[in-house]
This record gives sequence, structure tokens and C-alpha cells, in this order.
Amino acid sequence: MKEVIKQRKVSTKSKGTLGNRKWQLYGMMAIPLLFVIVFSYIPMFGIIIGFKDYKYSRGILGSEWVGLKNFEFMVKSNDFWNITRNTILLNLLFIVVGVISAVVVALIFYELKSRIATKVYQTIFITPHFLSWVVVAYMVYALLSPEYGTINKILGAFGISQINWYSEPKWWPLILTITNTWKIVGMDSVIYYAALMGIDSTLYEAAEVDGAGKLKIVKNIILPCLVPLIAILTILKIGNIFRADFGLFYQVTRDSGALYSVTDVIDTYLYRTLTVTGDMSLSTSVGFLQSIVGMVLVLITNYITRKINPDNALF
Amino acid sequence: MTDEKTLLYSGYQVIPSNFSLEAYKYVFKNPTTIIDAYKVTFAFSVIGTALSVLLMAMLAYPLTKKELKGRNFVSFLLFFTMLFSGGLVPSYILITRYLHLGDTIWVYILPSMISVWYTFMMRTFFNDLPKEIFESALVDGAGEFRIFFRMVIPLSKPVIAAVALFIFLGKWNDWFTSLLYINDPKLVSLQYLLQKIMNDIKLLSENSGNMSIQKDTSSIPTESVRMAMAIVVAGPALLVFPFFQKYFVKGLTIGSVKG
Repeated sequence: MKEVIKQRKVSTKSKGTLGNRKWQLYGMMAIPLLFVIVFSYIPMFGIIIGFKDYKYSRGILGSEWVGLKNFEFMVKSNDFWNITRNTILLNLLFIVVGVISAVVVALIFYELKSRIATKVYQTIFITPHFLSWVVVAYMVYALLSPEYGTINKILGAFGISQINWYSEPKWWPLILTITNTWKIVGMDSVIYYAALMGIDSTLYEAAEVDGAGKLKIVKNIILPCLVPLIAILTILKIGNIFRADFGLFYQVTRDSGALYSVTDVIDTYLYRTLTVTGDMSLSTSVGFLQSIVGMVLVLITNYITRKINPDNALF
Repeated sequence: MTDEKTLLYSGYQVIPSNFSLEAYKYVFKNPTTIIDAYKVTFAFSVIGTALSVLLMAMLAYPLTKKELKGRNFVSFLLFFTMLFSGGLVPSYILITRYLHLGDTIWVYILPSMISVWYTFMMRTFFNDLPKEIFESALVDGAGEFRIFFRMVIPLSKPVIAAVALFIFLGKWNDWFTSLLYINDPKLVSLQYLLQKIMNDIKLLSENSGNMSIQKDTSSIPTESVRMAMAIVVAGPALLVFPFFQKYFVKGLTIGSVKG
């Protein structure tokens, strides 16, 4: 016991001083920071590959500089405009439908008076978030499979001719929006629900005393309280508008070539140029552009939001 | 959960009219690949989650110390990675060519070690812990590491459980890493195996029509096997979730990153 007390006294001197504590904290951060630098910062220098004609045998530094040739090639190709259009339009669709459904679902949760019912419904709605895209793709396939799919069976029962879903692009914006919303709505609605729980209940009581109807309360009290949160989540999503969810577009469409005109997005294109054609330089320059535009978009949306109302901005 | 002939006849139904475990038997008949994938997935999910949570907490805690020089710089370094990244190809080249992590189990663990989002989530939680107890511990002569492991971690169970759940499920559902970095069939993740088996079955049944293979492939339950596999693969993750749910909803509400 005495030994222990002695040791503690010694350690008071050595560890308690400010300088020492500082180095302990730096030491604590060192390993995690090393991971960030190696896996996030070093690849940033790899961007130079986009300005070179990368040859595996020559390495990154040995490969020839080609300036903006990769970018030129990219902009001139038809694929580029197709994938950019698909990525942006589909993501916009996902954002709008996603926000509206999440807010509506959160409002429904909020109106449920029974705590148990809220718990059960929340669990049901969140579950899809924890399924991998591979599993989701099989559930979608169970519905859309040309021979055995539920939807074709139902269509058949009504005498409507069956649709070969995996080769008809026109349905896919709808299918992808439904699938994506189904997967994310529970998660987003929980965030909105938490915000709703935080609203001061005296506000409603006052409104009810004044004779305001349900819709009026939603419009004048609840929605204004949610606006900051909607703004933050939407900024984040707009910043990612150039990034498509690879799993959704690769697994759910079963990478069906017949659907590329509608479902090919920047991320699936990147993956294909990397694995199929192996054009590292082109792939890097597409990725670089995606990253830069994404960053600029976040900064712009955040700037605009801050101009309108500083409280709603992310940073 | 339906037997194959019923399935062909009536399509997928919500309530199986002809209950059969045949498909599950088929899935487990040749179990070595599945068991391998289970082992690999379980190993990298558990090890990866543990290391990841520990290191992120070790990064987040010093960031709550206002007097620490360079704190804002480090925060900015982290934040910037959320805005900008080198992209898929430079990471791919780094990981396969320079770090030689391709075809090793480490590729599932190391590159995704630090998630800035969750680090900030932890920082926000640590910030709200009462500072006084740490100060009294400092007066008592405890070092920062001791405070971190003995006080900060035990007090932060809710945020740690929430982050651990997210990361664990993310790793359990990982198929992209296998798709990109793994060639060795012994090291693929469960989700990737699911995808691959399905494609193989599809190929097998398509080819058997063209070629005059005498083997009776119609007895291989294809459509029902797909669904059996999906249950086998998704099941464990879904079972974990209800136990963590209370932490999880709390974790989300903690997760305000602003500030």
C-alpha cells in the first residue's frame, strides 16, 4: 500500500505538469492521425495521375505528363455528359423525395401517442438501413424478376403484358427513387423526430388554446422548427450531388448494360474505367473533377445559407 | 423459404404456401466457402470495429482540450477530408501497389480506420462530459492516458455503443472492398460471396440450357437459394440491431457535428 502511495506521489510530479500532459495528448492523437494522413492525404497527391499518361511499369512519377489531355478526352466523350446528367438528376430526385418523405414519416411518428407503437414502427423503418445493397438487390429482384417476379405475376393476373424490367430503362428513375427512399427514410426520419421531440410543448398548447387547427400548427410551428435541420441535411446532400451511391446503381440494377442510358452514374463509370478498361489516368481525372465540384458546391450552398440565416449554416 | 416448383408456379409470395427448408439445405451442403466467408467477415468486423472505435476516441479526446496548441489545425485537417478526397484510383494504387494490402484481411480494416464523421460525433459527446472530475483526477496525479481509459471511456458508453454499432454493420455489409481488392476466394466477405454465388447460379442455369450437359441442373434450387442466402447473410446483422437500438437513437441525437 505504501509503495502505491509513493508511486502516485512520484507520478504527480511527472505526469501532472502541463508540458507533460500536452505531450501525452499529442501522443494519443499520433496513431489515428497517421491513418488519416496515409489513407486520406497521401491519395490527394495521387491526383497528378490525372494529368499524366499513367503506365503501370513506369510508376506515378515516371509516367509522362500530358497536361489536360485526359480532361479534354473526358469532356468530348458522350459518356461524360450522360453520367453527369444521370448523377445530378437522380440525386436531385432522391433529395427532394427523401426530405419530404422523411419529414412526413417523422410527423406521423410524432403524432403516434403510444410509445410502444413508435418504437415498433421506428424499428421497421430503420431496418432497411442495415441491409447491404446486395441483399436489397435480391429483394428488388424478387419483385422484378422477369419470370418469377411478384410484380409481373400481378400484371399477368390483370392481363397486362409482362415487362422485362432489367432491359427497360424508362422505369428505372422511379424504381431507383423508391428503393433509395425505402432504404434511407427511416434513418432520416429519426433525426427529424428527435428534433420534433425537442420543440417546446408550451408552443402547441398556446396555439391550441388560440384555436389553431392541426394543419396550422404543423405549418406555423413545427415546420419552422425543422427548417434549420432540413437546411443542414440538405446542404450535406447537395455537396454530395456528384457522388452516387455505388451500391444502389451497381447492385440494384444488376449492372445491366441495357439500362446504362439512365442508370450509369459517375461512380459506376469510374469503377468500370478502373476495372474493365484499366485507364487509371482517365478514371483519376473523373474522380478529381467529382471531388472538386463537390467541394465547391458545399462551400457555395453553405455560403448562401449563411447569408440568409447564419444559424442554419453548417460552418 | 418456398420449394422451387411452387416458386416457379406461383412466384414469390409473402406467406410461403409450401414450406420447405430445401434451399437452406442446399446453401449449407457445400459449407466451406460460406464458413470461410463467415469467419473472415466476423474477424474483420470485430477487430476492425474495436480498433476503429478506440483510435477514433483517442483522436477525439485531445480535440476537446481547449488549451492544446494545434487543436484547431488538426480539426481542420479532419474536416477537410470530408470536403475533398483524392478519389478511388489514387487510393487503389496506394493500397495495392505501395502498401501491398490487396488480398490481405487488413484491407478491410486499415484504410477505413478513421471516420471523421464519427470522430466529430465523439468529440461533441466528450465535450459535454463534466470537466470538473477530470480536473480533480489531474490534481490526484493521473496522467491523460489514465483519465482517458479509466474515466472518459466508461462515461461515454452511449456514444461508443452507437458508433460501434454503425461501424460494425458497415463492415458486416461490406462487399465493395472484396470486389476491388480481393482475388483470393478464401478472403472474400460474406456479402460479396452472396453476390458471387448468385451470379454463378445464374450462369450455371443459363449455360445448362445451351450446352448438352446431362447433369440435371433443374434440381438445383436457384430462385429459392437466392433468398435463402439473403436470409443467411442478412440475419446476424439484423439480430444485433434491436439490442443496440436504445443506444442507437441516442447516438443519433448526440451526433450534432456543428461547432
